[in-house]
Amino acid sequence: MTHRFKTRLEQALARGNYDALLDLVPYAKLIGVECTRLGDELLFRLPANKDNIGNPILPALHGGVIAGFMELSAAMHLLVSTGAPSLPKIIDFSLDYLRAGQFRDTYAKCQVWRQGRRVANVAITAWQSTPAEPIATARAHFKIEDLARP
Amino acid sequence: MTENPLLERAARFVSALRHCQVLGVAVHAASEEGMTLVLPYGAHIVGDPLSGVIHGGALTSLMDTACGMATLCVLAEFEVCPTLDLRIDYMHPAEPHKPVYGFAQCYRVTTDVIFTRGVAYQDDPQQPIAHVVGTFMRMGKRLRGTQGLGSTISGDQA
Repeated sequence: MTHRFKTRLEQALARGNYDALLDLVPYAKLIGVECTRLGDELLFRLPANKDNIGNPILPALHGGVIAGFMELSAAMHLLVSTGAPSLPKIIDFSLDYLRAGQFRDTYAKCQVWRQGRRVANVAITAWQSTPAEPIATARAHFKIEDLARP
Repeated sequence: MTENPLLERAARFVSALRHCQVLGVAVHAASEEGMTLVLPYGAHIVGDPLSGVIHGGALTSLMDTACGMATLCVLAEFEVCPTLDLRIDYMHPAEPHKPVYGFAQCYRVTTDVIFTRGVAYQDDPQQPIAHVVGTFMRMGKRLRGTQGLGSTISGDQA
């Protein structure tokens, strides 16, 4: 499994095709996360899915799904940008909800503000209509595997 | 078994949340002290395929719901309370093949905002797998989307 994961990671990095990578994570498939490369940046997409609804009357996406989508985006972003051999482990996650997540596609972008030897700080922004009107912003710390350094 | 109207309201509330049904989240206990939900283990919520550990997102959904539903314990009448912010500190990974319990309570209620905190645990609440703090906005009783959910959880026919 470790070998298969590393192989798929290498393939995904080489081809810029991250679906194979996301396919390895059952939770990503459950909520339906997709990822594409736009120039130097990764764009994550969470297509509208009835199974992700919380409040059925509005209807609005479950806040936990938005959080899960953002956390997963941050981990994938870090994985791709560091080329680490395994998924980074989450230490903490802090999330501000700015607008209700409507029943429509949601997008996320990540920014690594600091990558130390053991810990990385990643900011995540999620939006639906335009990036200038985010529905949530978040910040996560991840433990990254101490890569053997020269 | 004694009647617990809060537990019944909570059970109806959680059954109205589609994503919670997908995750299999159910009410474990409900009292004035707080709300405890349970998230069963399942292969579909795994985040790390190498270890079988569930993804933080499933845990966040559990705890966001638990904190949000803890407001039922302190409010006389149902109000929609959207999450303002949420912070989760992961103490250690959840053990695979075991359910996760999410306990949350309100520690301060103001006219506009409700402050909640909670823990996610498996065997022992004293050994949490995560600590959570969440702030919720009180939107009052007249917000769109309130009436339908309110009647659902009070048991009225829609």
